[in-house]
Amino acid sequence: MAYDAGYGGRDYGGGYDDSYDDRPEFRDGFRDLQPPEPGFDSMNYVPDVVKSFVVYLYRHIREKNVYEIHQMYEGSFQKLSERLFKQSYWPAVEMIAPYVENDHVFCLLYKEMWFRHLYARLQPTLEQRCDSWDNYCNLFQVILHGNVNMQLPNQWLWDMVDEFIYQFQSFCQYRAKLKQRTDHELALLKQVDEVWNVIGVMNYLQALIEKSMILQILDEEKDGNVTFTATDGYDYHGGTNVLKVLGYFSIVGLLRVHCLLGDYQSGLRALSPIDINQPGVFNTVIGCQITTIYYYGFANLMLRRYLDAIKSFNQVLLYIFKTKQYHQRSSQYDQILKKNEQMYALLAICLSLCPHPKLVEENVNNLLREKYGEKMLRMQRSEEAIFDELFSFSCPKFITPSLPNYNEPLVNFNQDAYRLQLKLFLSEVRQQQLLSGIRSFLKLYTTISISKLASFMDVNEPTLRVALLMYKHKTHVINDDGSVLSNADVDFYVADDMVHIADTKVTKHFGDYFIQHISKFDEIINDLDQVQLE
Amino acid sequence: MPGAQVPITIEQLVALNPYNPDILPDLENYVEEQVVTQTYSLDANLCLLRLYQFQPARLDVRIVARMLVKALMALPATDFNLCMFLIPERLQMEEPFLTLATLAHFLETAHFREFWDEANRNRDILEVVPGFEQAIQGYAIHVLSITYQRLPRSILAEAINVEGLSLDKFLEYQVNNNGWTLEKGGQLVVLPANEDNHPVLRKSSADSIPLEHVARLFPVLG
Repeated sequence: MAYDAGYGGRDYGGGYDDSYDDRPEFRDGFRDLQPPEPGFDSMNYVPDVVKSFVVYLYRHIREKNVYEIHQMYEGSFQKLSERLFKQSYWPAVEMIAPYVENDHVFCLLYKEMWFRHLYARLQPTLEQRCDSWDNYCNLFQVILHGNVNMQLPNQWLWDMVDEFIYQFQSFCQYRAKLKQRTDHELALLKQVDEVWNVIGVMNYLQALIEKSMILQILDEEKDGNVTFTATDGYDYHGGTNVLKVLGYFSIVGLLRVHCLLGDYQSGLRALSPIDINQPGVFNTVIGCQITTIYYYGFANLMLRRYLDAIKSFNQVLLYIFKTKQYHQRSSQYDQILKKNEQMYALLAICLSLCPHPKLVEENVNNLLREKYGEKMLRMQRSEEAIFDELFSFSCPKFITPSLPNYNEPLVNFNQDAYRLQLKLFLSEVRQQQLLSGIRSFLKLYTTISISKLASFMDVNEPTLRVALLMYKHKTHVINDDGSVLSNADVDFYVADDMVHIADTKVTKHFGDYFIQHISKFDEIINDLDQVQLE
Repeated sequence: MPGAQVPITIEQLVALNPYNPDILPDLENYVEEQVVTQTYSLDANLCLLRLYQFQPARLDVRIVARMLVKALMALPATDFNLCMFLIPERLQMEEPFLTLATLAHFLETAHFREFWDEANRNRDILEVVPGFEQAIQGYAIHVLSITYQRLPRSILAEAINVEGLSLDKFLEYQVNNNGWTLEKGGQLVVLPANEDNHPVLRKSSADSIPLEHVARLFPVLG
């Protein structure tokens, strides 16, 4: 193994190797590079600039210079892809291997990026999908069982987990469109049962979590015995962050895969070692933060825990609102915007089913009204078509994980999983359709007789009594510990024939207000202290 | 027994092998065991549904039906829905799943009278699971008690499907053991107070600040 100890390595942010920046073709962002001629065989030719790229990247990885690795990974790789390989492959790994001493691990990492680029810009063939799976297997095997001594940027490690699941999901969709497959593809598909198999995928994530001991690390961290979050997962003592941080991100990975399968309970269970209300390593990479909250919120929506969903969506949407401009040049910017839109739609759904607008911050609320104000009104009037539309727009890409039965007539079943989740969600919505009517009447009274309320709602008394029970049931959440909590915005109780509406006047939380402003004031003072007067 | 391997519990088996199809038969047996011993494990059952999802050919309709009856008994928790998210739609269009979905719908929407009628017509599915009636009655009482301070006897009778002398006996038991009281000659049932039928009891969080929030100020004050 090339990275087995031996390299003292620099700490993240430490010594700055400027030789890379001295090269003009790197410094100016490759503006002088000419795009290749059409028909250029990009796979089998290594331009000088790419040669330098791999040489320096390899060197920085050996020297554990995380800062430089990050610059090259986030900056140079994207720029080179944009300039030279917009619609074509990066050079094959065999072509660059001689420049990096044929280093096994580096080649696996290079191929991981190579396939990621291919998936993002071109249409992968079935063979390439299989090769990419093999590459992930080899890479994870080395990380799990070899002694990989590297420090890689969190961004890169997150991208690995993220892309691994994306390609799995993409493969399931691909395999489920049986009618579109050629005879050649079908013949090959039948032979590759193990490729992107759901059990393999989940076992890799599970293995990364177990082998990295990340659950124990997070647990011990609470007692102050180890540091993980405080150093963003990096190791400042010459060690490696790769397995640990991959294990950490795999926790989020499991949440996502479980949700793609419709298993929301197990997804949330998998995420539980991470407290999403505390700063954590998942906050250090925006893509990870968004993924975490998106699936966390969605799972809670499906579990009818609307308040948890609303609070978490609000938090991350506010974060995106405040920091969007800093991510404009990120390769993930489009993804960020897309998830942003989807989460506004999910928030609109949650608030229509569980109207607690006070929980939503003002900026987020304004944007929400702008985007979905009219649709929210229609959802409150129980227009099912709107729920359908927003759910379909914003739900995860559900998958059917099992192998197709190739002996039956070929059909496309890529929509099956989505249709089932949609159907069950809409039947929940239908069950709740009386609630908004009850809500609006209750708001107008402090007491009202059952008979009077029934006549207002144009139903008979027994029907109303049933509806009131249902209102109570649907507005109560059962927590994991068995405790029952009301999330109703308007609460009431019935004594014999009278409905008594509870006082719902909102009391202002002065305490929170002051705490917030004390912290803000403290920040300003700190900033002022740092200002050097000329 | 020295040297004998310590038998591991089903929970441990699931925790160690969450994605391992080899434990499928153990989990199927465990569903039967839950039925017989009147115990319940949502996690084990979800794990079994997940393994069925990976290998649909192995799915045993009878086992899944029993699991769903157990999930109904877990109401007011959302277990039934959680299971349905994992069961292929084409199966949900067939019996006994259609009936089970109808029963769940009546319970979720508090249509207890309709529920008991439908349950009566489908005893073959339900009676194999001991404790079913009591569990649903427990759910009905839960929903009634978060809604009503005082409720007419007839409403209670309908929700738990008990009438006449049996209801008298039931009420007597509740009066003696669970703090229920009767008014108007037993025509009005007064349920024990809780935060939902006596909102005054709800702890007001308005004028208290959680410790974690105050803790954020410590560095500032220091």
